[in-house]
Amino acid sequence: MSDKDTASINRNRAVDVALLAYIVLSYAFVFAPIAASFVFSFNSDRFPSIPLGQFSLEWYRAVASDPLVWQGLRNTLFVGVIVGVVATALGFGAAYTDFRYRFFGKQVYLALALLPPTIPVVILGLAMLAYLSRINLSGNALSVIIAHVVICAPFAMAIIRLRLSQMDPDLEAAAWNLGASEWAAMRHVIIPFAKPAIFGALFITMAVSFDEFAIAWFVSGLNETLPVKVLGFLQGQVSPRINAIGTFVFVTSMTLVILAQILLTGRGAKARPGADEQE
Amino acid sequence: MKNDTLVSFEGVVKRFGEFVAVQRMDFEIGKGEFLAIMGSSGCGKTTTLRMLAGLEAPSEGVIRLSGKPINDLPTWSRDTPMVWQSLALFPFLNVIENVEFALKMRGVGKAERRRKAEQWLDRMQITEFASRNISQLSGGQRQRVALARSLVVEPEILLLDEPLSALDAALKVRMQSVLKNLQRETGITFVYVTHSQSEAFSMADRVVIMSRGKIEQIGTPKEIYRTPRTRFVAGFLGSSNMFTGKVSGSDGGVVTLDTPAGALRLSAAGMPQPVAAGQTATLTVLDTKTDLAVTPPSGRVNTLPVRMIGEEFIGATATIYLETADGQEIRIQKSHEDLANLPLQIGQELVAHWSYEDGHLVMEE
Repeated sequence: MSDKDTASINRNRAVDVALLAYIVLSYAFVFAPIAASFVFSFNSDRFPSIPLGQFSLEWYRAVASDPLVWQGLRNTLFVGVIVGVVATALGFGAAYTDFRYRFFGKQVYLALALLPPTIPVVILGLAMLAYLSRINLSGNALSVIIAHVVICAPFAMAIIRLRLSQMDPDLEAAAWNLGASEWAAMRHVIIPFAKPAIFGALFITMAVSFDEFAIAWFVSGLNETLPVKVLGFLQGQVSPRINAIGTFVFVTSMTLVILAQILLTGRGAKARPGADEQE
Repeated sequence: MKNDTLVSFEGVVKRFGEFVAVQRMDFEIGKGEFLAIMGSSGCGKTTTLRMLAGLEAPSEGVIRLSGKPINDLPTWSRDTPMVWQSLALFPFLNVIENVEFALKMRGVGKAERRRKAEQWLDRMQITEFASRNISQLSGGQRQRVALARSLVVEPEILLLDEPLSALDAALKVRMQSVLKNLQRETGITFVYVTHSQSEAFSMADRVVIMSRGKIEQIGTPKEIYRTPRTRFVAGFLGSSNMFTGKVSGSDGGVVTLDTPAGALRLSAAGMPQPVAAGQTATLTVLDTKTDLAVTPPSGRVNTLPVRMIGEEFIGATATIYLETADGQEIRIQKSHEDLANLPLQIGQELVAHWSYEDGHLVMEE
């Protein structure tokens, strides 16, 4: 460690070890159920018990050969991609409005825009079902898309808004001043600047939609998404196939979230050494 | 309108709600001129520049560019590029892409805009940094990129909003000569907003001094320095001693002013308007034109008994701080040789004096 000298002043080995143990235990607590599911998905035994049986891919094979699972996955991916794109577009618009304009009632506008995720999903799901069935949109993929966009757009907005708040407000005006119309400035300055956050928002909203169960359960009808299908399996029988699906869903979501994280923390950007050595 | 006028402000007013940022402004900027707009923060200088750039719309009045009113022209159709205080370089573009930006927005072809951008990089001596990221550049290099980015469209006018404020003192001085030379070589009109007197006076052909949204004085640096038109200007420049009082008489080309420090006289020659007895006015005299002696000299000079209260040495000159009988602080600036024969000690009684011709009268508004 390069900061050994400064850090050693008031450091105690016992405290260090305790803190490390605390972190390890916290993560263990969070990830143990997922890890268990992961381990048992490769176990040949019918019931999850210890000692483990043999390593086996039979549950994955069973899942892969089930047309219902494929149908659920197709629905989930279809919904997830569209929700990601639409929610990110809406979130970007809302974030840009906040960045660019000062207007009466802006606080209310922001509060309303960020509200949906704070509503309990069961209530939101019921409300969606009641509303969408009234306008004859309930029970198909479109209804899931609409419902998911409602809960995902605020996430996209929050992410993109944070990025825009880091932007020098003179940048856009500088682009206009150099001959860019408002649309050109949007395309050549605002969007390039917000790009990492836009992709980050895209991946996060996809992951949220991919995992979301409660609302999808209310409104999906016959076009069940994968999490809804999983519930169906559970109600019929407890099968290690659930572990296989769970592992797959977890890996997919984590991949999306990690991709978003890399984009948002700028680790994906080019390394930028300091400027001290020049001039 | 004269042929060599590039920009004119005609009765321009800018209000933000109740607040008047710029009060009725009438002035012209000549072609190829280096004009500095100077004042303390909040005086309306940046608002004036932003109106010219089209980033703020005047509440009243007309701004003309080459004779045509530009009030309703959006900033992107104006050709009034600006160098920002924050520089506002695009962080997601490298150096040469930043410089090409304005050409790209004007639909200039790829090869042509690369060629022009390279010319300007060369001119600003930053060719070697063409493919660098902005964050990899030092302050002075960024400054040059910002200049190249604005000048690449070869505009008639360049607006600069305190562009040097972020640089350290030595670099500031170097960039001042870069800017001055650039302006002379290109013949482009520069409008330079600053709060720094040294920047304004060392570079500009003419200086506009603003206070509280109003123009206090427009003139060459020499004119403003020698004959400040208002009390504010004299005080703002801080290079004059000032005595406020009432005109008590005018006789034989000499005006007498009654001040708390005593009766002071000055030559009426060169005064813009005749003065009447009873008017409130301020006599200003440059601290470099104020002399110091042990015994009062005779002739057409004002003499003022003073007591020395401090001294300060800066390079070749010294500043001596003095207090008049009525408690006002004044000072003189002289070379060390001029002061060599004086008994300079704190508390020493001396006589400050200056000729009638060196005094200058500023009438109260």
